[in-house]
Amino acid sequence: MRADRDAGAQDAFLSVEGVSLAFGGVKALTDVSFDVRKGEIRAIIGPNGAGKTSMLNVINGFYRPQHGRITFKGRTRTAMRPFEAARGGIARTFQNVALFRGMSALDNIMAGRTLKMHRGFFWQLIRFGPALAEEVEHRRKVEEIIDFLEIPQIRKTPVGRLPYGLQKRVELGRALAMEPDLLLLDEPMAGMNLEEKEDMSRYIVDANTHLGTTIALIEHDMGVVMDLSDRVVVLEYGRKIADGTPEEVKADPTVVAAYLGVPH
Amino acid sequence: MDLLYKIFLDPFVQMGAAPDLLVQTLWEGLVAGVLYALIALGYVLIYKASGVFNFAQGIMVVFAALTLVGIAAMLRQWGVGPGDVAAYAALILTAVVMLGLAWGVERLMLRPLVNQPEIILFMATFGLTYFLIGFGELLFGGEPKVMITDDLHLPRGALEFKMLGGFVSLQKIDVAAAVIASVMVAALAIFFQKTRIGRALRAVADSHKAALSVGISLEQIWVTVWFAAGIVALATGIMWGARSDVSFALQTLALKALPVLILGGFTSIPGAIVGGVIIGVGEKLGEFYWGPLLGSGIESWLAYVIALVFLLFRPQGLFGEKIIERI
Amino acid sequence: MLYREAGQFKTTYAADQSVFPIRQDRVGIAVILLVAFVVVPLLASSFVLSAVFIPILVFSLAAIGLNLLTGYAGQVSLGTGAFMGVGAYTCYKLTTYFPQANIVILILASGLGSAAIGTVFGLPSLRIKGFYLAVATLAAQFFLSWCFVRIPWLYNHNVSGAIEVPTRTMLGVAVTGPNATPLTRYLVALTIVTLMTWVASNLLRGRIGRTWMAVRDMDIAAELIGIRLYSAKLLAFAVSSFYCGVAGAIMVFLWFGAAEADSFNIDQSFLILFMVIVGGLGSLIGSFFGAIFIWGLPIVLRATPEFFGLTIRAATVEHLQFMIVGALIIFFLIAEPAGLARLWQIGKQKLRVWPFPY
Repeated sequence: MRADRDAGAQDAFLSVEGVSLAFGGVKALTDVSFDVRKGEIRAIIGPNGAGKTSMLNVINGFYRPQHGRITFKGRTRTAMRPFEAARGGIARTFQNVALFRGMSALDNIMAGRTLKMHRGFFWQLIRFGPALAEEVEHRRKVEEIIDFLEIPQIRKTPVGRLPYGLQKRVELGRALAMEPDLLLLDEPMAGMNLEEKEDMSRYIVDANTHLGTTIALIEHDMGVVMDLSDRVVVLEYGRKIADGTPEEVKADPTVVAAYLGVPH
Repeated sequence: MDLLYKIFLDPFVQMGAAPDLLVQTLWEGLVAGVLYALIALGYVLIYKASGVFNFAQGIMVVFAALTLVGIAAMLRQWGVGPGDVAAYAALILTAVVMLGLAWGVERLMLRPLVNQPEIILFMATFGLTYFLIGFGELLFGGEPKVMITDDLHLPRGALEFKMLGGFVSLQKIDVAAAVIASVMVAALAIFFQKTRIGRALRAVADSHKAALSVGISLEQIWVTVWFAAGIVALATGIMWGARSDVSFALQTLALKALPVLILGGFTSIPGAIVGGVIIGVGEKLGEFYWGPLLGSGIESWLAYVIALVFLLFRPQGLFGEKIIERI
Repeated sequence: MLYREAGQFKTTYAADQSVFPIRQDRVGIAVILLVAFVVVPLLASSFVLSAVFIPILVFSLAAIGLNLLTGYAGQVSLGTGAFMGVGAYTCYKLTTYFPQANIVILILASGLGSAAIGTVFGLPSLRIKGFYLAVATLAAQFFLSWCFVRIPWLYNHNVSGAIEVPTRTMLGVAVTGPNATPLTRYLVALTIVTLMTWVASNLLRGRIGRTWMAVRDMDIAAELIGIRLYSAKLLAFAVSSFYCGVAGAIMVFLWFGAAEADSFNIDQSFLILFMVIVGGLGSLIGSFFGAIFIWGLPIVLRATPEFFGLTIRAATVEHLQFMIVGALIIFFLIAEPAGLARLWQIGKQKLRVWPFPY
């Protein structure tokens, strides 16, 4: 292994090389390569159908690409199971909120702590003692996240009853509960009004600066992308068409042509 | 070693030694398979068009058969014509009853539960099963009844063939069953693929909400399909009843249709036939040639184990649609 | 007003997460336990104990078992009867080989046999989901039923094919067998069921319960947060079968006193499934409600005609039972798919604000 690491924040934390993904005849991704540096916020943008969600699914382990590799924290692999991704420190939210509808917001976020809870089966049977102590310890951590996301009043509510915006916040909470190294956010602002977007942006930035979480997010709102991200990668029809800082990408004529629109 | 021989070699040796017995067994398996397929067909119809797994299909078979026999007896009591006139009149009246049942089920069970998840509807059919068991026993009594085979002019007796050094005998009623089943399957398959109502049925199976939004009347469709399933149940009941008496024990036998559905897929009409034949033949062969090794009665579970093994390799069945989960 | 939580503050997370955080609930459960352990033995006749309370305990425990697997972990199972049978036969063999051992220990140990078999039949859950899994459990049900008849070793080569429960004592009192009084059997069963319900409640409130519910609600998302689906499902099968096995052992040793293969057939599986549906999927208390309801309803139905001075033949009453149970299941699913447990919750909610409407 070459010792090719630059010091500090310049290393490629996540590196996607030549990934191609097809479903039957439909080519979702063709030869996409980019990297995400440790500690940065990377936006993935592009018109609908560009393959953004598919890209996240590949990083996460849901889809196995036909070609290409993913390198994360120095380890290269062609595919991994989702729970391996989780154990490796990758957390994720979804476009269509993937919360556990039968459980409360608190329980959903507590579920995010599962990987960190180790007390075995037999302690769980009697609960008193080590299992309860562990519950309380993680509950404390989860309450910190609940405070951070400003949702203490709804923590006991079954998530199915919450409005969409709050559901997305709970889902973010569950992802943060995993204390991930890499956080993948799929349209975290979708369906939110201006105030909610500002809140969500604040949480994302705080997670990045205070917790040091590297973030890759898919987003349609250009204003958000410009403000939040360090670097941007643009996809169209499964191919990468631009890669750089927000200003560079915004000025790129190919990108403008792809979108045919004005940032709003 | 001896055990291995017994499992993997001996049965095949036996098969070869008496080929006429093999053909006989295969035929019996085929017949059983056709009858399983008929029951499975009822499930497929309803599942295809309403997304409901109708656990009550088995009891509908029994109920239809009992109604037929009951009405025919009643008509004869009232002095209606010679036996076969009463029988055919009873046939028509039973069809009317099944239509009434379909209407009742739609009105009282399906309509209030529209848009509920599949599992709820499945459990509701459990309730329907229990209800029909009680109702049937109340109306007709629990003792086994004899099917009015002669009055319906269904053939009796057997065809005997000399072949492969021995005898093979086919019951004529079984041949009739196979023919009737094939005709029904063909008719239903064409109906689903080619007609307007068939298309509407498939639309409803895909999505209730979408079908409603293009103006398909869910109620009419459901009544239609439950009625069709009722007719299939009636045909099945007649065939089963002709071979052995009509009793409530048939209801549990109907559970055998589940392995058939697993093999053939829940939404495929031809699949029901293929699945039925595979299960029927597999079961008979297994019972006849491997049964002595394991002890009798393995047909109570063999079909399920066959289906289970199959599922492990192909979770969607032979003809079923692959379940794709989108995130 | 009666059920007001206002003013009850929890100062620790542990208090917030306890089984009965609300004082009224704690009082309620104390009352129930008092009634169960003290009042019932004092007031109930032997007949009522044997015909009503012990069966309800047995079925509640089995319903809890099925609820863990189907209601909490989302794995549909139609093999409950068979797993109960495995527990019963395991207990029988254990007490045959260890006649001196304490029968309560053996009853609990027989759950392990059931858990092992249950895990084996849960193996397909890796590849097979939802409805198809139900059919796979049917394979378990029919295969095991066949085994109960075809393996004479299980019933000690008894000619009749049935097992008879031998007399076993604890602290000098007969607990099983013909000499055991209904009261003794009731108290032993009650203790076991109370203990196991408490354990189930512990499991469900912690990491494992959340894992199961995550698998049930959205297994893809569950994988995402690091849950190993396969282990979670197998654990559910194991624990669920343990509960069903113990329920089966109690059924034979503390209720029937004897058993044959037919006691654990497919009808038994359906019966317990109905209890779980009517009581409420995914609810511990619902398991009790369902057992009480489904077991109690025929008793009430049988008594009603006499109460009104009508005479109806026993057979007719049975037919009517089937019809009413069937209709009730449909009615429940229409009115409240979440079962009696949800109705109970709604009732408590109304009590919270009574006498105001909302």
